[in-house]
Amino acid sequence: MTDTAVDRPATADPRMTDAAVDRSTTAGRWSARWSAWRLPRGLHPGAWWLWALGLATAASHTTNPLGLTLLVAVAALVVVRRRGHAPWALAFRMYVWLGVVIVAMRVVFRIVFGGGQGEHVLVRLPEIPLPEWAAGIRLLGPVAAEQVLGGFYDGLRLATMLICLGAANALANPKRLLKAVPGALYAVGTAVVVALSVAPQLVESVLRVRRARRLRGASGRGTRAFRGVALPVLADALDRSLALAAAMDSRGYGRTAAVPAGQRAVTGTLVLGGLLGVCAGTYGLLDTAGPGYLGLPLLLAGLAAAVGGMLLAGRRVRRSRYRPDRWRLAELLVAGCGIAAAGLTMLAGTVDPELLYPPVSPLTWPELTPLLLLAVAVAAVPAWLAPPPTPVPRDRT
Amino acid sequence: MITFDRVTVRYTEDGPPPLRDVTLTVEEGELCLVAGRTGAGKSTLLRAINGLVPHFTGGTLHGSVTVDGRDTRRHPPRDLADVVGVVGQDPLSGFVTDTVEEELAYGMEQLSLPPAVMRKRVEETLDLLGIAELRDRPLRTLSGGQQQRVAIGAVLTSHPRVLVLDEPTSALDPTAAEDVLAAVTRLVHDLGVTVVLAEHRLERVMQYADRLLYLPGDGRVVDGPPAAVLAGVELAPPLVELGRLAGWDPLPLSVRDARRRAAELRGRLGEGAPPAPAPAPDPTTALSARKIVVRYPGTVAVAGVDLDLQVGQVVALMGRNGSGKSSLLWAVQGSGPRQGGAVTVTGAAGAVDPKSLPAHQARRQVGLVPQTPGDLLYLETVDGECRQADQETEAAAGTCRALLDQLTPGLPGDRHPRDLSEGQRLALALAVQLTAAPPVVLLDEPTRGLDYLAKRQFVALVRGLAAAGRAVVVATHDVELVAALADRVIVMADGEIVADGSTAEVMLASPAFAPQVAKVLAPAPWLTVDQVATALVAEREPA
Repeated sequence: MTDTAVDRPATADPRMTDAAVDRSTTAGRWSARWSAWRLPRGLHPGAWWLWALGLATAASHTTNPLGLTLLVAVAALVVVRRRGHAPWALAFRMYVWLGVVIVAMRVVFRIVFGGGQGEHVLVRLPEIPLPEWAAGIRLLGPVAAEQVLGGFYDGLRLATMLICLGAANALANPKRLLKAVPGALYAVGTAVVVALSVAPQLVESVLRVRRARRLRGASGRGTRAFRGVALPVLADALDRSLALAAAMDSRGYGRTAAVPAGQRAVTGTLVLGGLLGVCAGTYGLLDTAGPGYLGLPLLLAGLAAAVGGMLLAGRRVRRSRYRPDRWRLAELLVAGCGIAAAGLTMLAGTVDPELLYPPVSPLTWPELTPLLLLAVAVAAVPAWLAPPPTPVPRDRT
Repeated sequence: MITFDRVTVRYTEDGPPPLRDVTLTVEEGELCLVAGRTGAGKSTLLRAINGLVPHFTGGTLHGSVTVDGRDTRRHPPRDLADVVGVVGQDPLSGFVTDTVEEELAYGMEQLSLPPAVMRKRVEETLDLLGIAELRDRPLRTLSGGQQQRVAIGAVLTSHPRVLVLDEPTSALDPTAAEDVLAAVTRLVHDLGVTVVLAEHRLERVMQYADRLLYLPGDGRVVDGPPAAVLAGVELAPPLVELGRLAGWDPLPLSVRDARRRAAELRGRLGEGAPPAPAPAPDPTTALSARKIVVRYPGTVAVAGVDLDLQVGQVVALMGRNGSGKSSLLWAVQGSGPRQGGAVTVTGAAGAVDPKSLPAHQARRQVGLVPQTPGDLLYLETVDGECRQADQETEAAAGTCRALLDQLTPGLPGDRHPRDLSEGQRLALALAVQLTAAPPVVLLDEPTRGLDYLAKRQFVALVRGLAAAGRAVVVATHDVELVAALADRVIVMADGEIVADGSTAEVMLASPAFAPQVAKVLAPAPWLTVDQVATALVAEREPA
């Protein structure tokens, strides 16, 4: 976007030509815009999730180890450059380890259960004879390179998809995502938030009680020990949830707008009827024998009724949001990058499918296609495009 | 502002009502202090103000409670949220979100205030309470005093006209408590908020109070100016007791009041000094710890501490929250982590390190009662706990019950441990630990939630343990308790011992640790009212 109708600044150097003035002020505007863009802020969690789902979709459409490795690298790059300082941001490493475990498991399974045969035998393990009824299953035996490679490709694809979702978890605050739910589901969202914060408290009180039990000389084993830990922990959790409920009640949780009884009935009917319609519609869609009108039309009508009911119910919840995450250009671009990466990979799959699914027999060196490379490059763009995360708050004072 | 009109609250049909026929009015802008023994109905009174009693707790309420013209009968707590802000005893269990800023906004979101207003109020409140630098911090990583201030801020953002605080400083060290109380008094003076505050340690707050509601425990509420009400109360803070002893009228409520009147008393006491505690006949070392190191990821909790405990001595371990007191106790007992150092307990079984023993033998060397004594208890009845304690220590049947009866006589055996008062529960946990007859007893913050009478009993109990030849360590923030209880005081900071000496030496050396009596009678070395009373009697008798 070039802006030609620029007011000439009063302080402009008189020797400058008009064009030069235009250029410099345009550049000034762009740099101002760029610095506003670069202001640290948290991106809308939905944008990160869309980006990550795009990457995961791309990964699901290929077994090419080069492409998959590049996708993992891209996810790691974006996480390292754009994650915040919160505890969940450190979870990414855990997902990477989980990915490594998945790959290792797949390869080990292929070796143990034989499965695919190949020509390039790497090592001959002694085969364990199985009884007749287990015919068809082979334990150990010769290990072929093709078989190991197939397991590796499979595992790598699964691991890459998992790591992409892990990236979303590290980049987006899961609780903020819950804040974006529509009004009608607000109570459900609150329940989930409370449950999430209860889990670490529970762990803490288990540790505390276990320590205390050791003071009484308990060995920490057996049903008596379990009872000794479980009862105080449960009592503690119950006390805490009562305190929380009292606090929430006295801070105004659950204030509702007055709604006439008639409208309440309409809302209820719409939601329930709509959900029933969705169920029946899905059944009709899957059951080919039924009449046509029971399929897609009923499903759509049910969906519309349910959504309408929820919107109506949402009006009853009277609350506002503090600093809601807004969907701005950066969010659009980040989500777009993910979706574009998925689209490009699918396109690459239709152009030359054998490069995206490199054959294991005969053994060939996997190659990259330009489209796949482009997809990976697009997926990496948010590492620079997304605004940086808010800086680390000062430590304990 | 708040009106109670002939209010009676009952939780059960036949039990005694916590509040009986209470009529009172709290005017706008008052700081109103609620005092009384544990279980006297303080929480019931506070929770009735915003309708949690009976809407949330159940029970029946006769009469009417009106706040700012709204009757709690027709307005449940959530509809009073814009008028009354309530902060509970444990701020952490009342937090709904996970960062400071979101917590401050939560109440306003429920009142559906416009975003621009919310933004402005959050900034104002952060400044008002001095917590602006904490805005992005996760709530769980805050210290106790910070959490308490955030909890107060979180209700203040809704601009309530009444603030109800239930023991806001009971878990805090003296400095953090000062911070919280300073914030509260600022609210009263600058914003005209009406504050109703319950507290056990009256010495901390009585000087700020405009009036006192005293609950004797029979359902009545005694209402009046603090000095007048305290004159008729059997157990009061040291300052008030000193005032009674000296016959001052009205009673002093702050150290400043007392000091201005104490010239005559100081003259009467003259050059006299409290008798030095008799040195133990044979100072035998019960426990000796060398170079104890406790590390947690990222911090050093205890940095090479040496500790010697003598038979028959009560040691008070002081220091701000997080200074390593608990870590040191747990490391010495052997159940907690310990990365370096050695501990030797010299008991009947010879010199051993409890860490090298299995748990059931370590407790025979060193007994530790943790911060929440209830963690040690898990059976349904007091008798059950006592039997279990006898079994697991292979003691003769009835040992634990006998110990318990020495500590608090006449505790009903069929009572559930969770239904006991704080003091009774502490006594039960202590009896359970003493059943193993350890020569060394460690108590971690035992006096949280104890009223003056229970504290006095606790002092007698611990002195009894020491007299029976045990070495006792009490970790605590309570300077008045230490003055009455300890022979020796150790002060820790940042995992190191910064002061170690006799109670008089350490407590008189710094104003932060000086008890009120010492502040009033300085430079004379008096620590407790009992010492002064004995001296006055002695002065009268020879004449």
